[in-house]
Amino acid sequence: MIPSAFDYVRAESLAHALELLNAHGDSAKLLAGGHSLLPLMKLRLATPDVLVDIGRLSELSYVRDGGDHLAIGALSSHDDLARSRLVAAELPVLAHVAGQIGDPQVRHRGTIGGSMAHGDAASDLPALVLALGGTLVMSGPGETRVVEAAKFHLGFLETALAPDEILTEIRLPKMGANGWGFEKLTKRAQDWAIVGAVAVRLNGSGSVGVSLINVGSVPVRASAVEAAVAGGASPAEAAAQADAGLEVVGDVNASESFRRHLSRVLVRRALEQALA
Amino acid sequence: MRVTLTINGTETSHDVEARTLLVHYIRDAAGLKGTNIGCDTTSCGACTVLLDGRSVKSCTVLAAQADGAEVTTIEGMAAADGTMHPVQRAFQEHHGLQCGYCTPGMVMAITSLLAERGDAELTEADIRLGLEGNLCRCTGYHNIVEAAMAAARAPELRS
Repeated sequence: MIPSAFDYVRAESLAHALELLNAHGDSAKLLAGGHSLLPLMKLRLATPDVLVDIGRLSELSYVRDGGDHLAIGALSSHDDLARSRLVAAELPVLAHVAGQIGDPQVRHRGTIGGSMAHGDAASDLPALVLALGGTLVMSGPGETRVVEAAKFHLGFLETALAPDEILTEIRLPKMGANGWGFEKLTKRAQDWAIVGAVAVRLNGSGSVGVSLINVGSVPVRASAVEAAVAGGASPAEAAAQADAGLEVVGDVNASESFRRHLSRVLVRRALEQALA
Repeated sequence: MRVTLTINGTETSHDVEARTLLVHYIRDAAGLKGTNIGCDTTSCGACTVLLDGRSVKSCTVLAAQADGAEVTTIEGMAAADGTMHPVQRAFQEHHGLQCGYCTPGMVMAITSLLAERGDAELTEADIRLGLEGNLCRCTGYHNIVEAAMAAARAPELRS
């Protein structure tokens, strides 16, 4: 399968990439690892006129200690995050989740920024960033914007990023030894989750962040579960609310009712680990 | 556009369309047919090569993205005198293949896995997980995993 023809430009710096986006507008797409975009292009579901390759911008590949948070460069690969000592020490749930994405070859190429910007509800990292209450740093022609994860995913493959903006950094609170759980059901090891669940014990208040992968058009927080835990419910009682109030879709992989069932089961398991 | 790669230590440079996939560059521009195309959808791993030393599925990388990089394919594994690489030898000794279609990708994926292990000992579970990106439709994986275990013990590949 061959993508339709396009012009390829390699950005030499973040500023250069922003210039290119500004010049080409809607007809350009950013290319990082390419593991979401190239499959879509090969299927001709995406047909950009210009690809702006930011994959070599090493200035966007880092994990830094930001004090109370980790600042993660958007071009950090899943493999980088799975192997980072800083991530392992300060946010082990991220190392674990990143290390379970796809397969080793995919993890060598795929990036956290690409996963966030692609905005697929079936991807694991957007749901984790949501559960953690992370923030996203976006550079554009004007001021740099910082957006909460909860306001980033707007609809099916649609995010708060404007066509002339680049996601540069993801900030995630350090969790140290806080409990966490991550559960996903896949048909084969390398597949996207049919449904997945993240539960993380948050700092300070003793509350938990709970989110769901691949139940609807965007990654979602299981707010009813979070409220139930805050109100003293057991993991099993709280998890019974996992799909409450959520719009859940059925597709070729799972019916709506199966996804609702999986949501409750996987949230219970993730909560039991997070609160153990 | 001009794309220049060092494949198996030899520099190669060709004018290709921007949309040329790395696997097509390797097979059609450079003429190295050892890298197979299986699913063409980032699933099966038959097209796995090393890009700057790390395994990638070359059906999901543009040749342009790899411009200037070092690529290793199955043709680059044996020594110049024909002596097989320890991973290749392990596949032969443990009969790690039947039809052989997935084999080049398996060898490259295992080579990357062993290079990345550091000083860690790999268990059978580690190897099975490490090969989750490579599908074989013949063997049921048993002898492939045996071969990978044997290669992991090869003194030349110990760090």
